[in-house]
Amino acid sequence: MNLLRRNDLIMLAFGIVVFAVLQGLMEEGIIGSFWKLNLMLIGINIIMSVSLNLINGYTGQFSLGHAGFMAVGAYVGVVLTTNFHVPFLGALLAGGAAAGFLGFLIGLPTLRLRGDYLAIATLGLGEIIRIVIMNIEYVGGAAGFRNIPHYTNFAWVFFIMLFTLFFIKNFVNSSHGRACIAIRENEIAAEAMGVNTTKYKIMAFTIGAAFAGIAGGLFAHNYYIISPASFTFMQSFIFLIMVVLGGLGSITGGIAGAFFVTFISAALANWPEYRMIIFALLLILLMFYRPQGLFGYVEITNMGIFRKILKRGGTA
Amino acid sequence: MAAELMRVEDVSEVFGGLKAVSDFNFYINKGELVGLIGPNGAGKTTVFNLFTGVYQPTTGTITFNGKSIVGLKPYQITQRGIARTFQNIRLFSELSVLDNVKIAYHCHVKYGLLETVLRMGRYFQEEKEIEEESMKLLSVFKLDDKADEMAKNLPYGAQRRLEIARALAAKPKLLLLDEPAAGMNPQETKELMDMIRWIRKEFGLTVLLIEHDMNLVMGICERIYVLEYGMVIASGHPEEIKKNPEVIRAYLGGGA
Ligand SMILES: Nc1ncnc2c1ncn2[C@@H]1O[C@H](COP(=O)(O)OP(=O)(O)O)[C@@H](O)[C@H]1O
Ligand SMILES: [Mg+2]
Repeated sequence: MNLLRRNDLIMLAFGIVVFAVLQGLMEEGIIGSFWKLNLMLIGINIIMSVSLNLINGYTGQFSLGHAGFMAVGAYVGVVLTTNFHVPFLGALLAGGAAAGFLGFLIGLPTLRLRGDYLAIATLGLGEIIRIVIMNIEYVGGAAGFRNIPHYTNFAWVFFIMLFTLFFIKNFVNSSHGRACIAIRENEIAAEAMGVNTTKYKIMAFTIGAAFAGIAGGLFAHNYYIISPASFTFMQSFIFLIMVVLGGLGSITGGIAGAFFVTFISAALANWPEYRMIIFALLLILLMFYRPQGLFGYVEITNMGIFRKILKRGGTA
Repeated sequence: MAAELMRVEDVSEVFGGLKAVSDFNFYINKGELVGLIGPNGAGKTTVFNLFTGVYQPTTGTITFNGKSIVGLKPYQITQRGIARTFQNIRLFSELSVLDNVKIAYHCHVKYGLLETVLRMGRYFQEEKEIEEESMKLLSVFKLDDKADEMAKNLPYGAQRRLEIARALAAKPKLLLLDEPAAGMNPQETKELMDMIRWIRKEFGLTVLLIEHDMNLVMGICERIYVLEYGMVIASGHPEEIKKNPEVIRAYLGGGA
């Protein structure tokens, strides 16, 4: 099993190299400020899509309220840093904890629902969160929260993203993760094999929400002002598109989806109305040719050359 | 006198107006291999669903290992030591054969969430054991060379065997098999029966087997319960059952 630890180290080293290269390119000005902002967004969106994938792709629970949890993390974070001068990391963790706790509370009743019903319930709850925030004067209401300290930089985003990836990867490659996957595959059989399905659905939902909260904190401290308009159900939908395009039940897929969708959005920044048309077309093509998404249920680390480098010892 | 593992008293299950199981009385001793037979629709699968917490009995008591299991959820009953297979196979069909078995070790895993995420403590050791034991189980069922294949791509007979292997991975005291030979050819059926006999001895199991083919059950079971319209019409040793006029009527007279 030292093989697994070795693989982790190889991937960590690879991650650091990627970081160093990108950071270098930014400092040299080869990556300009527009793409720098988008790289940060990609990192944040990777956290969002990989954590949503834990709920939708691995556990098979159709959640559509991820932007709501992001909003909770964002607002808890900015209140703590701006009004209470809490250190950034503490504010991020508190935001994640708050979003996770809310996910837990919401998960208890809603995860009894299945399929479409769960999707509608979570979509509604995401909207409720946003509307509640909009009506709290203390955080600026619909006008938004101002004077946020600009703490987020590329290093924060990148390393928290890396932590998220390792966390979710290790989770899904364990007995706990297998329990979640079993629920997705066949809930009755999962229960018959001793899996407490309610517990694991709620666990996946809570972990997913907590990471969305942390991503929300990173997102908020990248701007001087945030408003509830950033966390509409359209945004939840975009996160879902990342997961579905990239691939359900795959971390590689979550990364690819976040990359792709953020990149297209950035490239079409001047023609935002075309964005959704392109996504819609892509989703239709996907339905015909690759319904599981680009990397559905597979990891790039299990393919070709990577398999040779990392050797085989279970999935990564 | 062998120790009793399970006792069921006066259990009935009513679906709307239909009494699928009525006044069911049953016991099984440790180490026994018992058959539950009866024509289609007799209520056999319903009995399994009652034993495993999928349904709750309308009346009656079910005691397993000295404790009542009525009201427990299916996963809790599995943790107490009852595992099952399904009449209509329920594998994790998009997962590998190996993962199907690994999942069933779930309730024996001790490492927690922190050890999982940080990959420390008991994580490596236990995962290694799970992998090794799973492969051992697969080789018992002649599936080890298919460990990486997707479960849904296995031939039908192999899927049935995989379901039994998966149930065994939960380390049950009592194994419930719902028509394990359904859809198998005579050769496969014979091999399966040998296998069931063998695993019972090897794992020190108690087995309750549903089958609607009477001859098949006669050869392997020590005791048999015959169910018709939700009622036990006969129970006892295969020899007695064979001669029982009620049973002959139900099977031959009914045209089944
Ligand atoms: N969940 C249910 N709701 C209503 N009727 C059911 C249900 N499950 C089983 N039944 C009925 O109970 C009877 C016994 O079914 P079952 O236990 O599956 O029979 P067997 O396994 O002996 O073929 C059948 O008439 C069946 O239609
Ligand atoms: Mg049946």
